[in-house]
Amino acid sequence: MTTPAAAAPAPIAPKAKAPRRRISGYLPNWVWALLWVGFAIAFPYILDQILGDPGSFLDATIQTLAYIIMALGLNIVVGFAGLLDLGYVAFYAIGAFVAGWFASQQFSSVNGGKGIHIFVDALNNFGHSIPGIHLNFVMVLILAAIITAMFGVILGAPTLRLRGDYLAVVTLAFGEIVPRVFENSTSGIFGIGSTNFSNGRQGITPIDKIQLPFIGKFNYPLELKPVYYVVVAMVFLTIFINIRLRDSRLGRAWIAVREDEVAASAMGVNLVQTKLFAYAIGAAFGGFAGAFLGTYNNTVNVDQFEFGFSVFVLCMVVIGGMGNIWGVILGAIALSMMNRYGLPQLNKFSQPIGFDVTSVNFGIFGFFLLFMMIMRPEGFLPNARRKLEFHEAELGDVTDNEPLLEEQALYEVREK
Amino acid sequence: MSDGVFTSLETGLPDAPHPSGTGPILQATGISKVFGGLIAVNDVSFSVPRNAIVSIIGPNGAGKTTFFNCMTGLYKPTTGTVVLDGQDITGKRPDVVTVAGMSRTFQNIKLFRTMSAVENVQVGMHCRMRSRVAGMIIRTPFVRREEKESVRRSRELLSLVGLSRPDELAMNLPYGDQRRLEIARALASDPKILLLDEPTAGMNPQESAELTALMQRLRSEQQISVLLIEHDMKVIMNVSDHITVLESGSKIAEGLPAEVRANPRVVEAYLGSQA
Repeated sequence: MTTPAAAAPAPIAPKAKAPRRRISGYLPNWVWALLWVGFAIAFPYILDQILGDPGSFLDATIQTLAYIIMALGLNIVVGFAGLLDLGYVAFYAIGAFVAGWFASQQFSSVNGGKGIHIFVDALNNFGHSIPGIHLNFVMVLILAAIITAMFGVILGAPTLRLRGDYLAVVTLAFGEIVPRVFENSTSGIFGIGSTNFSNGRQGITPIDKIQLPFIGKFNYPLELKPVYYVVVAMVFLTIFINIRLRDSRLGRAWIAVREDEVAASAMGVNLVQTKLFAYAIGAAFGGFAGAFLGTYNNTVNVDQFEFGFSVFVLCMVVIGGMGNIWGVILGAIALSMMNRYGLPQLNKFSQPIGFDVTSVNFGIFGFFLLFMMIMRPEGFLPNARRKLEFHEAELGDVTDNEPLLEEQALYEVREK
Repeated sequence: MSDGVFTSLETGLPDAPHPSGTGPILQATGISKVFGGLIAVNDVSFSVPRNAIVSIIGPNGAGKTTFFNCMTGLYKPTTGTVVLDGQDITGKRPDVVTVAGMSRTFQNIKLFRTMSAVENVQVGMHCRMRSRVAGMIIRTPFVRREEKESVRRSRELLSLVGLSRPDELAMNLPYGDQRRLEIARALASDPKILLLDEPTAGMNPQESAELTALMQRLRSEQQISVLLIEHDMKVIMNVSDHITVLESGSKIAEGLPAEVRANPRVVEAYLGSQA
């Protein structure tokens, strides 16, 4: 008779803590949402009051907000569905190139050199038709999200059977391949055709300025506030979609897959579909933000799409708290503002003594990451479930789990 | 048995229609599973009649769980076919098998540990829910209703199996409740047949008796057949209509409980040839 289970101690309940009331519980959700929207609207004006010249801070804020979108997208793949992705930069690249292709003079020969213009000014200041494909910014964003979602599926499909380290290596490879493909697509793509897709290392520049209905053409980098509002709206949309998906049938399926693939499958969750949705939706946000960043930076250049970027976004997710939307936002703000604003500011003090802080920024990040992983491995604001996973061992029933892991390796997880 | 759509007495909801065709609900023919040189299951044929409770017994390592895994799609059987209610499900993916109407529990409990009991059951309902991604984002009235309904139904299933703390995290539930939760989760997909892998392991006699009663209720009220792997002879002899005995991967006996109990080969398998 096997009754190992009977011998195993019943799971010990977490040490009885007085239930801590969460601050968020004092006000209903919609009040919080309104408060944040209000804060976001007032933010640039508050900056005006605090800083004499908020330009560089606002610029850093805009970049940070775009990174928040990327971090939230990666959070769907890594935090919700538990699929490690080290190649997220691929989606940034694809999104940015979509902006490069559909909102610049890159394909100058289309339509007999007259160009294609949809909901944008067709004529330049001298009354000549601008060559190339020019779509409205909103259309570029949507197109970028759709195309990257498709690539998310294409890149996700071969990795479906992989887990853990193997998955990490394959996704890492994708993150390397995609920018190289763009770099080398100066004369056709994959050797097909002879269209110049990327200008090689020079990159595509300039990209059309953002142009919105009723508002007209934006005039950045001189006026940053309108751009700020655009990206804030994008962030709110992203957060909204993230919350809705988290609290849905699909969100539950993601957590189930992350917790126990075999059990999820046996309970009727289609692993392939569920994982591909995670890849596609996560990628779509990468492309969404990528198209914005390409437009805002006014250039799409393969040098932007380095492995380090994937790690940077992953760090935001991990440091903030995998799986927790607010934690990930906090992580993105902390890392990105430190990178974009904190270090350059620090440099002002260290430069006179002959020390360039930005030259050791990776060292600083590394130290910061190490410190976090030792002191608080679950992140700033951990997801309640993740926190339990991290501290389960301390609860005393870890022995109960070991045979389970062994057995899990025995089940064949098949695709068909 | 009646025909058409059943209305579950517990929930008042129309369950998935269980077509009352003829022939066995589950028919496995010539199932073998070979791992490298080890023949874990050797040419086992076996069937579960409609509306029956059938048990598989055998000493440790006899291949009972492997046989289960072959039928539910976790393993692809090396040879043989599995037919569920007239539908060939041999080697189909586990989720396809579940959609077809067979769900299971696990010998070593496989709950989603950091989800609450209700959420666990809701995952079991996943394949019967119809909301789409766009609908989830917009949260259409349909999605809202379906979500609410799934919570209500989950709570009902949990009270059906006798779990009193529906909002507790699965990992914090006592052992017996975790077993019960697994059964509720398996029931959530409206199965035609339920496969239970040692459901009473670690339960005390009273809990085992409750579980036995539950199986009988499922059969009489919801027309769900049950296939059971079990070591507790009291439960087996009480509840089974039919028993199959496996030893070293092969079927050595089958029949009514009384016949199996009297079979000298079964006694030998359990107690050794000296007995």
